[in-house]
Amino acid sequence: MITFLVLFVSMLLLYLLLVAGSGGGDGLLGQLFSYQEIGAAIVLAILTAAIARAMLGKAKNRVMNNPGKLLKAPFMFIVFLFPFFYAMAEANLDVAYRVITGRIRPGIVRIRPKLKTDLGRTMLANSITLTPGTLTVDIDEKSGDLFIHWINVKDTKTDDERIKAVCGSFPAWARRVVE
Amino acid sequence: MDAITIAMIVLIAISAIFVLLGAIGLHRFPDVYTRLHAATKATTFGTIFLAVAVIAHGVYSYTKAGAPDQPAYIVLVAHTIVALIMLLLTNPTGAHAIARAARRSGIEPERAVIDDTREVR
Amino acid sequence: MTFGPSEVLLIGAGVLSLGILISLFRILLGPTSADRVVAMDTINTLVVGLMIALGAFYRQVVFIDIAIVYAILSFVTTIFIARYMEQSREKGGSD
Repeated sequence: MITFLVLFVSMLLLYLLLVAGSGGGDGLLGQLFSYQEIGAAIVLAILTAAIARAMLGKAKNRVMNNPGKLLKAPFMFIVFLFPFFYAMAEANLDVAYRVITGRIRPGIVRIRPKLKTDLGRTMLANSITLTPGTLTVDIDEKSGDLFIHWINVKDTKTDDERIKAVCGSFPAWARRVVE
Repeated sequence: MDAITIAMIVLIAISAIFVLLGAIGLHRFPDVYTRLHAATKATTFGTIFLAVAVIAHGVYSYTKAGAPDQPAYIVLVAHTIVALIMLLLTNPTGAHAIARAARRSGIEPERAVIDDTREVR
Repeated sequence: MTFGPSEVLLIGAGVLSLGILISLFRILLGPTSADRVVAMDTINTLVVGLMIALGAFYRQVVFIDIAIVYAILSFVTTIFIARYMEQSREKGGSD
């Protein structure tokens, strides 16, 4: 049921975003949506959610089972965007520096972020890919270990130091947002 | 020149620099993995700034346009946002798929100082 | 021709085309098929950006609709080719 509701709300928002500007009334609010489109949005969102529910209900250890965390997740995600964009800008200056100077020391390292849910792992892997000098290559599905291609390998001794050097505070953020 | 033109020039200049750096990085780096770094990060970042410039332009045109033309600009801005979200979701995932396929099809990272995937395979 | 915000978009579209051209050489040169897929992925991203810029310049919303569909389809293509590369190796074929 919760899967259905989450799908319904996200499909509704997507449809409404795509038909924005169909209003025909006056002012910004009047121009946004017509009543027909809102009706169509609700019908289509129910249909899509009913069909897709069976497919998306299979993931392991879902956040969707916990309503309290589910309501918290979107807000935490928006807060997460600020450190994310800062890291992304930094990443691009780093890549620019390496394209210009050609100074690289590549390698593939294994890290153990200890995340439990599939969604948390996906989020961490994607954030790692878009942030400084690192790219997720593979995942060990049993233990959740990530293999990361690192463009400028730094020498680290303990596992915690290495996680810190590879992805900064992102595992903590992924845990806060979805676990 | 008015403020919107200057803002657009700044945004497009940032986007142009990163797009070109990404394309040049494809030729500067030695192997698939390092090329992926340049290609995904720099071009995604460049495209984000281009989309932000288009959104700024749409909002500006909305305030300048007459009432009959205004809905077209709402559609423009909303659809640009959807396209941007799609790019942000698909690009890192696609990069990850390519990297994984490259590693599993046996391409070694060049000049690597460490390779933890070797002990697993 | 006046120089306003729209003309800046046209310059941005020109730079994106240049980026596509540079990436095309990687498709022609690229020693392994993985290099070619990386270049193709880059070109797909740039084409989406190009469509957005031109859609805003010509005030044609349909360009941006096509950019959305193109982004999704190019993602599916990339995943499909990546899958193919993985499996052709496992079955003992060459790339």
